[in-house]
Order: sequence, then structure tokens, then C-alpha cells
Amino acid sequence: MNNTRRNFLKFMGLAAAGLCAASAGSALAVTASGPSVKKGEQALKAKHWAMVIDTKKVGTKESIDALAKACHQAHNVPNIPGKQNIKWIWAAGYEEAFDQPNPYMDEGLEKREFPLLCNHCSNPPCVRACPTQATFQRPDGIVAMDYHRCIGCRFCMAACPFGARSFNFMEPRLHLDLTSLNKEFPTRMRGVVEKCNFCVDRLAHGKQPACVEASNGALAFGDLSDANSEVRKLLREHYTIRRKPSLGTEPSVYYII
Amino acid sequence: MLEKALKGSPKYYLWIGFLLLVIAGASSIYIKQLMEGLTITGMSRDVSWGFYISQFTYLVGLAASGVMIVLPYYFHGYKKFKDLVIFGEFMAIGAIVMCMGFIVVDIGQPQRMLNVMLFPTPHSMLFWDMTVLCGYLLLNVLVGWTCLECDRQHLPHPKWTKVLAYVSVIWAFSIHTVTAFLYQGLPGRHYWLTAVLAARFLASAFCSGPAILLLVIMLTQKLTTFKAEAEGVATLAKIITYAMCVNVFFFLCEVFTAFYSSIPGHMNSLTYLFSGFDGHAELVPFMWTAAAFAIISLALLIPPKLRNNLTLLPWSLAILIIATWIDKGLALLIGGFNPTPFETIAPYWPTGKELIVSLMIYALGALVVTVLFKVATDVKQEIGASQKPTAPCESEAA
Amino acid sequence: MKLYNGGKIITGLVIFLGVFLAPFAYNAGKAAYSQPKLKMPETEKECIESKEYMRTNHMKLLNDWRDSALRDGKRVYVNSKGKEFEISLQNTCMKCHTNKAEFCDKCHNDAAVAPYCWDCHIQPEGLKK
Repeated sequence: MNNTRRNFLKFMGLAAAGLCAASAGSALAVTASGPSVKKGEQALKAKHWAMVIDTKKVGTKESIDALAKACHQAHNVPNIPGKQNIKWIWAAGYEEAFDQPNPYMDEGLEKREFPLLCNHCSNPPCVRACPTQATFQRPDGIVAMDYHRCIGCRFCMAACPFGARSFNFMEPRLHLDLTSLNKEFPTRMRGVVEKCNFCVDRLAHGKQPACVEASNGALAFGDLSDANSEVRKLLREHYTIRRKPSLGTEPSVYYII
Repeated sequence: MLEKALKGSPKYYLWIGFLLLVIAGASSIYIKQLMEGLTITGMSRDVSWGFYISQFTYLVGLAASGVMIVLPYYFHGYKKFKDLVIFGEFMAIGAIVMCMGFIVVDIGQPQRMLNVMLFPTPHSMLFWDMTVLCGYLLLNVLVGWTCLECDRQHLPHPKWTKVLAYVSVIWAFSIHTVTAFLYQGLPGRHYWLTAVLAARFLASAFCSGPAILLLVIMLTQKLTTFKAEAEGVATLAKIITYAMCVNVFFFLCEVFTAFYSSIPGHMNSLTYLFSGFDGHAELVPFMWTAAAFAIISLALLIPPKLRNNLTLLPWSLAILIIATWIDKGLALLIGGFNPTPFETIAPYWPTGKELIVSLMIYALGALVVTVLFKVATDVKQEIGASQKPTAPCESEAA
Repeated sequence: MKLYNGGKIITGLVIFLGVFLAPFAYNAGKAAYSQPKLKMPETEKECIESKEYMRTNHMKLLNDWRDSALRDGKRVYVNSKGKEFEISLQNTCMKCHTNKAEFCDKCHNDAAVAPYCWDCHIQPEGLKK
């Protein structure tokens, strides 16, 4: 009696496995034909997007706050008071921005504020850390975020040496003006990490990043691999520094001092 | 064998009921966290990992500690550990359950946590951490449960349990190494960016873990008929002492490198922790308590007369556990994130709600350990192994 | 044949049947379920793909769109008829289906489906305070 039941169960198991394999096979057999996806014609293209910031032209908190306003408005970044805040671009002094301490600096530099944002590093430690590839490096050098996949583990925040990332500790819509949202861009929800995205959504429509547009020429944005781009021209003509270069992350944001 | 956990003394039922109450009550706070987000914790943009992850780190150490019993028993045939092996494995199971619990309560989108498995990412240390923790849980469940079941049936252990036990020894070293790799590969956090962090983690695990295990075993001896082999306990205390010496030594190595080189990146976190930085000195009393407790615990453990004094030993172990907990469960995370990448200090302290959710996870772990230890002690009683000697004038019960 | 514990079993069965059949009893006498009336777009008559395809595949399409736009950087969709669309939930789909409550929610509510798209994506009719 036992043996017959055992054989019956074995047979049922094999049959079920066979059915699963058959249906999986038939599903794979259907090839996707017809619709396709491609890049838009008006999208701006580059091999390595970079930004050059002339810190003399945008060296006050007010001027940098104007950049932040444009950025945060374009991307529905909430305005949260306190230490669980979110910021994609913000102003900070020399000591906070750079790792070149100098007890006897020139007075202009001492008072100057610098716009800090994600550096979209070429060798990004946050991308190495992310366990789901929710943050990943695009072929054009931009370090992008996929908010659909982020599990909110905040490993990328620990990995970033520049403090460029923010976490949605609470529902961001509680701190957004719901009547003046940018309806062409989503918000995020609580539990995901966010940061500057070099305006990939605007680049796809042929527009410059929001902060660049709002900067009146103080910020330049272009392709580092194109020797004739504006950024390369500026880098040839001016002395520039980057944040924490000794860490080897190869930031793509250059500061003209 | 699990049915043995369903029947017990009134004290047993009271304890289980208390734990279930704690879990149920605290889960209401966890539900609040699920609905409102991690804003109920004390974490901030600058200190983005806090109490949950620090407890996870400490408990991975507890999980790895079973290897300090399993290794001498399986690799070197140290028979005096025979009755302790199952408790080491079961404690590891409880610890891993708590580790996973702390991860789940810490992530911002827990319903997406399977993404780590759906999108495997070999260059991420978190992916490997998930893998090794799941594997270690499986190993301990398989080997522990099978061996206990075989003991109960008076059967020899199957050969594959020996193979898996050998694997679990190597695996135990790997789980805490991978956890250390989470921290020691991050370029911006200078308190963690040291090759010796993995060694520190292992040394700290191998003293604090067996210490907690030994305390729980001593408690088990008080509450059941189980009696551990005295020489086994003495050897474990020796191992704990050596591991704590190595732990303190590694820490002093860090102090030397930091302050002799005078490099601010290396020094600043230690300065913040032990004497304050930029006007912030919140952790200073804790750190000096930990330092004092570490020295006192060594003073009470190194001399054999004091170490073998079984009335004093629980206190020495408790002091050691507090010292290592402050180092790993408090200083590691807060010191790692401070000073921030902007050279500022962002003070962090867990909120009450954060502590209640943590209590829920600890109660869950205590429940797992209670149930498993109850099964193990009941089986040992059933087969008459490692039992307290009965007084000569007691009659032979059936 | 004796039914052991017959009293408990019959009582249990009665309770179970009562709970199981309660929804049917609740709806007895009411009209049969009718499919919801969706508010269709005024200007456009053709969607990205055919109505039948969209009915069964719109979630898969959105998932594929998400990956190709965000992860691959390809933001133009060429449909099976060769027409091009920008890959965007808010700026393409919702430009024609201008009210989530009167289109998406009509079927989703009846099917007890609550996709979390709208936790982040902004519905075209705007968010209430």
C-alpha cells in the first residue's frame, strides 16, 4: 500500500514539473516582435557628462539658494526642516566642501560659499555598494537612481564620501506644496534614497540641467570627452579642483577657485 | 522534537507569554514605523545608519561565536565540548534570526527586500552578507536539528553532518568578515577604513559571543536539569579571555596608528568618541566606561583563580559584554558617521520608538533561543545525558 | 457508523458555511455586477496599442517602459504601427487619460488592486492637500 502511494506521489510530482517546464518553454518560444524602444532625437548625448562651476560667479548663499530652488522645484524635492532633510544641491563653506584645510586663506575664499551636489563620479563607491543596482552608472557617466528598485537600505549613503545623498525618512509629500508641483516629474515616496540626477529627464528633451539654466553662466555643463566642449575649454583655461580627489572616486564636478 | 517546547513548567509558560506580549506590544510601534517611515528613529541625513544596524553588527558576532565551540570539537576532537555544541548552534540560530530582524526593520522599503535576491549584485557586500547569513542559518538548522534528533533516537550522527559542521566553521569566519567588509571598503568613512576592522570584528565576536552563550548556559543550568561539563566551561572561559586580549590589542593598534601618524582622518572619530570634537562630547562617558570595563574584565578573567571562580565568572562576563557592546553596538556606527564628510558633528541617539522596535527583535530572538534550548535540554534529559548528579539518598525514579 | 465528536463537527461546519456564504447572502437580490464606465479621452481615439492589448498588458508595458527609460536611457517607444511616443506615465499616458479617479481607479477599485505608482507619480488631476 505504501509503495503504491509513494509511486503515485512521485508520478504526480514529475507530471507537475513537466507541465511547468512545458508552459515555461511555450512562453519563452513567443518572440517579441513589433514594438521597439529607442533614444529620442532631441536628447542631448555625451560620453561623459561633467560640470564646471565658477565659484566666483556663484559664491554667495543667496545665489546658490537660487540654484537649489530651481533644482528642487523641477524635481519636487521636499523642504523638510531639521536633520532628516533632503537636498540635491546646497551651499557650504570652504572647510565643509574641500579637504585642503588652510589656516591662512585669502579673505574672499574664506567667506565664499560653494554649491555642493552629487559629483557623478567615474568610479562611484555608491554604485559598488548598492545591493540591487538601484543606483547604477549610465554609459554617459551619470550615476542614476531607480526609485522603483531601491529598498532603502542606505548603504549608498554610507558609501558616498561626499554626503551627497538624502533619504526619505518620511512621506515627502507632507513637506511639498501640493498645488505647485512640477506635474511632469514624479515625487518620491518614503523609504528610498535620492540625489541629484544631472537632470537626465531634461537632457532627454534637449534642455540643460535646471541649476545650469538658473546660474546665468556660472555653471557650465558638457561632454568631457569632447575636446571642443565648453567644459573642456574652461578646464584648459582655469585652475580647477575637485572634492576629495585622493579617494580616487574621480568626481565629474570641477570647481574654478 | 518541537513538541517539547509546548509543555513546560509554569515559569516557562510565564516567560514565553511575557515574550509574546513584548513582541505583540512592540509590533504596534513597528507598524507605526511602516506607515510613517523611519522618521520615528533618531537617524538623520548625516547619520543614516543607527541603532538597528549596530545591533545587527553585534549580533552577527554572537552568531559567529558558536564556532569557538564547534571548531575545537570537530577539528580537534575536544570531547569536553560535546554537550555544549548543540547550544552553540542553537544560539547561532537565534542570533541570525535577530540579525535578519534588525535588517528588516531598518530598510526603508521592506516589501522590496527580495530585490536583493531578484537582482543579484556580486560587487555589493550587502548581497554577500545576505547570502552568507542565509547559508549559515541553514547550516546551523540542518546540523543542529539532525544531530539532536539522532541523539534522541540513540543513533550515530550521519556522515554529512560532520561535513556540514566543517563547512559551518569556515562559514562562521566568513559571515563576520563579510559584515566587516560592508564597513571597511567605504572610502569616505575613516573610522572604518582599516584593514584590521575584520580582525577586530572577529576578535570582538569571539569574546562577546561565547560570553553571552556562557551566561545563557549558566542560566539554563539553574533552570533545568542540564549540567555542562565543568572542564568545557573552563576552556570556553579561557578562549573568551584570549579573544578579549586580542580584541583590546587590535583597538590599541588603531589608537597608535591614529595618534602617532596624527592624520586628522584617522584621529577625528576617536577624538570625538573619547574626548569630544567641535563642542560635542555625547559619547565620552560611554567610551571611557567601555575602556574601564574592558580592563576590569581582563583583570577578572586572566588570573585562573578568578576565572575559575564560578560565582565571579558571570559578573566578569557581564562586564565584558557591556564593554564590547558599547564598542560595537554604539561607538562603531556613531563614530563611523562622525565627523561627517563635511567635518561637522551630527549627534545621534536612538529614540524611544527605535528602542522599542529593537526590543521587539530582541524578544523574538529570546523566544527562538528559549524554544530551542528547551527542546535541547528536554532531549538531553530524556536520554540522560549531561544531567545534574542526583543526591545519593533520592530514590531511583522510573 | 458513528460520527465521533459529531456535535462539534456539525456546529463547526454550520459556522464555516455561514461565514463562507455570507458574501453571497449579502449580495442576494442586488443587481448583477456591471463593468465600470470609464471616462475615455476626448481628443485621441487610439491608444499606444489596441484596447485589448492594453487591457491585458498595460502593467507589463509600464514595467518595460520603466526599465527602458530609466535604466537604458531609451525614452521613445515605437508601437506596433510605427507611431512614436515618449515613454512617460505622467506625460504620455496621463496626457490623454486626464483623470486617474475616472479612468484608472474605476477598474482598479472594483478589482481591489492598488498599484503603488501613484505614491510617487503625480496624477493629472493633482493632489488634494
